Amino acid sequence: MAVTLDQTIAQKQHTFLSRMFASQTFWVVIAVILACLFLSFATDAFATQKNLYNITRNITFVAIVALGMTFVIITGGIDLSVGSVLCLCSMVLAVTMHAGYSIEIGILASVLTALAIGAFNGILIAYLGFPPFVVTLGMLSIARSLAMVASNNTVVFQFGPDHDKLLALGGGAWLFGIANPVLYMILLALITGFTLRWTRFGRHIFAIGGNEHAATLTGVPVRQIKVAVYMISALAAGIAGIIQTGWLGAVTTNLGTGMELQVIAATVIGGANLAGGVGTAFGAIVGAALIEVIRNSLGLLGINAFWQGVFIGGAILMAVLFDRIRNFRRSD
Amino acid sequence: MHEIAIPGRSWESEAAATTAGQEDMGGIRLVAVLELTNISKHFGAIQAVNDVSFTLEAGQVVGLMGDNGAGKSTLVKMIAGNFRPSHGTMQMDGKELILHKPVEARQHGIEIVHQDLALCNNLTAAANVYLGRELRLGVGPFRILDYAAMYKRAGQIFAELKSETRPRDLVKQMSGGQRQAVAIARTMLSQAKIVLMDEPTAAISVRQVAEVLNLIRHLRDQGIAVVLISHRMPDVFDVADRVIVMRRGRKVADKKIAASSPEEVTGLITGAIEQVS
Repeated sequence: MAVTLDQTIAQKQHTFLSRMFASQTFWVVIAVILACLFLSFATDAFATQKNLYNITRNITFVAIVALGMTFVIITGGIDLSVGSVLCLCSMVLAVTMHAGYSIEIGILASVLTALAIGAFNGILIAYLGFPPFVVTLGMLSIARSLAMVASNNTVVFQFGPDHDKLLALGGGAWLFGIANPVLYMILLALITGFTLRWTRFGRHIFAIGGNEHAATLTGVPVRQIKVAVYMISALAAGIAGIIQTGWLGAVTTNLGTGMELQVIAATVIGGANLAGGVGTAFGAIVGAALIEVIRNSLGLLGINAFWQGVFIGGAILMAVLFDRIRNFRRSD
Repeated sequence: MHEIAIPGRSWESEAAATTAGQEDMGGIRLVAVLELTNISKHFGAIQAVNDVSFTLEAGQVVGLMGDNGAGKSTLVKMIAGNFRPSHGTMQMDGKELILHKPVEARQHGIEIVHQDLALCNNLTAAANVYLGRELRLGVGPFRILDYAAMYKRAGQIFAELKSETRPRDLVKQMSGGQRQAVAIARTMLSQAKIVLMDEPTAAISVRQVAEVLNLIRHLRDQGIAVVLISHRMPDVFDVADRVIVMRRGRKVADKKIAASSPEEVTGLITGAIEQVS
């Protein structure tokens, strides 16, 4: 039984199929598909074009933010400020455009706000050693408050000369009747997936989540990368905020309240591990999809909306339970 | 890169290089790669390393022994660029070596295998070997990871090390010996001249110890100078050519393994024997 070097190099631990069956993301996809099939037969309203259009669009805001969150969670961190950052960026865009500036300037201001907040979070965490939970909890409060200051806690629904452009950006459907936010989500997911799998930056993010000390010892620029992931997370929230502004056509200061928990739930359901080192772009999207399908179906099935939390919480626990069972088997 | 030639000292280094180069050991001509001269390190009032001098030669394994707090780790950390010596000089190939950061040590061909191995469990063997020095394809800012090349080279290194480690396996699922092989394979990516190993056999099974000692012999056979910090007497006597014993910051012995014995080294470590020349 001579094994050549090439065979050893090519040797994989798992085949494609076995890896797929072992992945949490795969089972969540199955759950989403089964739920959709069930709902198509059980209700008349589910498989209508209008409802599917709604669902896909609703998924996107949580999913886009979850893509950014995935970077942070893979490094073993957490970003609780995303809901408030989404609101602040939305408000910066709205206020800037309301003051008569063009949509380009509004978006630029919004994106710069997001990057500045992300950099602030990241520097406190990476260079000053603050716990991510505490820093971003503080930012959750600060960003929401700044949004209120910026707008004087009013509803902004007039966006100056480029009003219509903004609404088209968020509310239109430029390709085959697919809602624009969905297109942005797909594009961002592809970029995220590519970055995680094919770039050195992505590799280093996984290394930091796996063993931060080892990453430091082997010369990975751990601090810079940590700052970068919090900037990415804030940027994702900012982008979602911009799109959501265009879709809603109005911004209030309670936009994105409690969203951080939905986003973290989506990421975890999709297979990311809060301990760090594991996570995918696809998982974040699928997690967001499962949450939205659960919400939608409860409404269609006529179940009291107060039960929503129970089902979403149950989905989080189920997803993690799968992971535990798999680990048990492995350790046997 | 950060070699500074100090005028008026060059004759000294030349002389040192010549004598070290001509040192004869068992009929084999040995080439000095690193020479430490009167190295000391103190942290405040604590004298961690006190006036230590020795040379490392290519293709030789030096066992560095001593009790906890004897100064072994501090000494090795100075060679690896983690600390700068308070006094004394280090010379590499006859030129003064001043290291500010571990990265600079690596650029000079000094590699370290950390005691905890510094491995990421969630990554593959190849990813760990190349951590921080990933191979990439492309131009300018548009570069992607070159998975194929990394798997291939990592596989070749494991084969050279006669290790059963496979490049695509996750480190999470590996035995202690395989994990050591991954950490050691890192040192073979570049043209390492010196490999410093901190307690590589401390926390693994007996069978795996043999595996690791073999890995050390492979490094030696490729002309690399290996410094083996260890508490385990049998390992040092099995694999090392020379043993250096430290006690309370001082070098108390530096001799050929063949001319020493475990009893003598134990005496030196504990202080029962004061010093041997």
